[in-house]
Amino acid sequence: MEIPRHWRLQKQRLALVGEVCPHCQAKIFPARDVCPECGGEAKTAFKFSGKGEVYSFTTLHSVPAGFEENAPYTVALVKLDEGPIITAQLTDVGEREVKIGTPVEMVTRRIRQDGDERGMLIYGYKFRPVLRMS
Amino acid sequence: MNDRENLLLKPARAVGIVGYGVYIPQYRLPASEILRIWAGDEGGAPVKEKAVPGLDEDTITISIEAARNALARAGIDAQKLRAVWVGSESHPYVVKPSSTVVAEAIGASEHIQAADLEFACKAGTEAVVAAMALVGSKMGDYALAIGADTAQGKPGDALEFTAAAGGAAFVIGPAENALATIAASYSYVTDTPDFWRRQHQVYPEHGQRFTGEPAYFKHVTAAAQTMLSQLGTTAADYAFAVFHQPNTKFPQRVARELGFSKEQIETGLLSPVIGNTYAGASLVGLTAVLDIAKPGDRILVVSYGSGAGSDAFDMRVTDLIEERRNKAPLTQQYIERRIEIDYATYARYRGKIVMK
Amino acid sequence: MEKVYITGIGQVAVGEHWDQSLAALSSKAIRAALKDAGDPQPEIVYIGNFLASSISHQANLGALVCDAAGLHGLEGTTVEAGEASGAAALHMGYLAITSNMADCVVVVGLEKMTDMVGDEIEAFAAQSGDTDFEGMQGLTPNGMAGLLMQRYLDQYHAPCESFASFPITAHANGVNNPFAMYRKNVDLDSYGKAPMVSVPLSLYDVPTFADGAAALVLVNRKLLRDGQKAVLISASEIATDTLAVHDRADPLAFDAVHISTTKALEKAKLTRDCLDLFECWDTPSIYGMLSLEAGGFAERGRGWQFATLDNLALTGRLPVATLGGIKAHGFAPGAAGAYQVLDAVQQLRGEAGRNQIASAQVAMTQAISGAAASVITHILRKM
Repeated sequence: MEIPRHWRLQKQRLALVGEVCPHCQAKIFPARDVCPECGGEAKTAFKFSGKGEVYSFTTLHSVPAGFEENAPYTVALVKLDEGPIITAQLTDVGEREVKIGTPVEMVTRRIRQDGDERGMLIYGYKFRPVLRMS
Repeated sequence: MNDRENLLLKPARAVGIVGYGVYIPQYRLPASEILRIWAGDEGGAPVKEKAVPGLDEDTITISIEAARNALARAGIDAQKLRAVWVGSESHPYVVKPSSTVVAEAIGASEHIQAADLEFACKAGTEAVVAAMALVGSKMGDYALAIGADTAQGKPGDALEFTAAAGGAAFVIGPAENALATIAASYSYVTDTPDFWRRQHQVYPEHGQRFTGEPAYFKHVTAAAQTMLSQLGTTAADYAFAVFHQPNTKFPQRVARELGFSKEQIETGLLSPVIGNTYAGASLVGLTAVLDIAKPGDRILVVSYGSGAGSDAFDMRVTDLIEERRNKAPLTQQYIERRIEIDYATYARYRGKIVMK
Repeated sequence: MEKVYITGIGQVAVGEHWDQSLAALSSKAIRAALKDAGDPQPEIVYIGNFLASSISHQANLGALVCDAAGLHGLEGTTVEAGEASGAAALHMGYLAITSNMADCVVVVGLEKMTDMVGDEIEAFAAQSGDTDFEGMQGLTPNGMAGLLMQRYLDQYHAPCESFASFPITAHANGVNNPFAMYRKNVDLDSYGKAPMVSVPLSLYDVPTFADGAAALVLVNRKLLRDGQKAVLISASEIATDTLAVHDRADPLAFDAVHISTTKALEKAKLTRDCLDLFECWDTPSIYGMLSLEAGGFAERGRGWQFATLDNLALTGRLPVATLGGIKAHGFAPGAAGAYQVLDAVQQLRGEAGRNQIASAQVAMTQAISGAAASVITHILRKM
């Protein structure tokens, strides 16, 4: 069981909480100690909007242990509106065409279980094509 | 307890729905697919089709999206919530709360009440009553009540046509900030074993025709009639009524018997197209009503949970509805977001294929 | 600073060695290399390995390998840099000799993939990426390559078949290498028909995991004997980038390739056109392409115009994968960086047979781990 490593990242995975650099205002995801933009110390929590666009994507047919039940699935690099790029699965794509530049939004989904059906459930961010709003 | 003044639950401080949100998964299993597999294409079905969760969806993920939509409409910071309660009969864990995952995901404070509720299909409305009590007693200003399910139906069983997935979330708060005020609630509860699922069982058992008269109809009718008589209202006072909807016929019949017209219930009657979302059912129906209701409209909501009991609510829509309803996707938009699947895909998505 | 010479090479053909253990594979390669070097007495063994702890549940390879090779009591340690571990071990050997810590060092790249079967292999291979933020999203090394290839095709309007030059070249050169796993030509037609692995990446764009061991014997000037076929290591440079690709300002930039290549050329006091061959990280093919651009052999976004069959061929402007590369050799991750050097040494010694590059004097090898999170470049010169 790998409880601590997943628990430690819950705020990042469930609520897309990263950081904003107090020195240069760069938005950072995932959180880190040193701002990649200015090299200053980073520590101020920042909640991302979850809006972004597809920077790149690929569909995996051969998948690693722990993800077999969901194969095949699409993984994307998503460029968040606030700047950073993150790696995440796309979900609820259906027959919608995904392209580089497709607007997507964050949803929280079940990523996998830790080990077998006795293990903890790991939830986190995925992205889907933006829902049409009224 | 027949003193009519004592039967309604009326909060000391006036409360209401500050924000509401829904989530319905995009997959649909047509009833014809179940008939094809289990009935040789013969016979009728209680609904047209039902909503099926994707491989990465469960009661927690449904609750999170519904909650985010509710907060978007409420326009309040999740940190202002004093409680997160999730009612469901399909919590992903038997032991470990769904509510804490939801609270963390929406960015709620750590200084809150959080718990999972279970009362078959009325766990969600029970959460609403609890939220009314918390806000109405001024112990807190806002509370989040959710009803959501990914219901189980045994393959080939009558329940398989209807056991669906979906949920709704409500931010309950002070009436002055409400898009719909809730004047009172009333609950009617007896020990009636019409449907259950015991520990370690994958699928529920049900009493077939026993689920009708002594169960659904008795409780829904008692709750509705008591609510109306205690308030001194009649069916004609309501623009809309929403009843628990385990299928298409039950809510239609109970509405008719209580004096409600087809027009009063059709907006909130979603089971024909999404199935029975269990703890979500009457609440999801309510979201569809709020999506189109006008200020001043009065709404009666009556849930039903096997086991058994019904919660009834009297609500009135306020002017705030107009500015809030479009801050999140409408219920019909989720219903229109539809991908039809066949029985094989359904069997895979619902874990009905034996893997080991 | 002492100069470092490679005087011996030994390898096991990359393949599915079901009946061979980590110990057996490494001892065969080491003993062959020592014999090739004239049986000097090594003082240190550096083992480049990526996955033994995960796949074979075996750590402490220093003791395992020294014992198996009959090198009792020697200093032996594992060097790990993901798929570039073999090259990282060579770097350690290079440091040991340049610093005058040792006169003779054995380096072995070692990987045993077939001790286990199943989807766990993909999960373990993904350990060279960011486990928390890439692996946990279900991303694999092939998936990462697919992401970069998709972006490349879109950003530079490159045709898909521009990547075919890498596998076609590697396979053509592997035909004559008895140590290659695949000794069969591939043409553009079969490339186009290959099944997809991670769209737009197809079967010919990705490596095939297998077992392997490749060893090198390093000595200083003092131990170099007259007339010995020796190759000089002119530079050994490691550079790193962010572990996760999404943390990079430009995911297609492969900065670590640029840094490592530039520093190696400066150290060796050479320019790019001095190179007679480049054992690049030819697969996934997109990594070969991005290496050519980041290494300065082609302009950014123009790699696909440079990477023609003619340019990459044995007689071309920049021969790559001259004895089959990673694609035709088969991919023993922690050993691959050592195989690259072995191939280059054969070219510089004039022992590449029908694949011999005429009067080859200078070779560059470059191992990549993750999506170029660690990049290790070596420059070798004929003596």
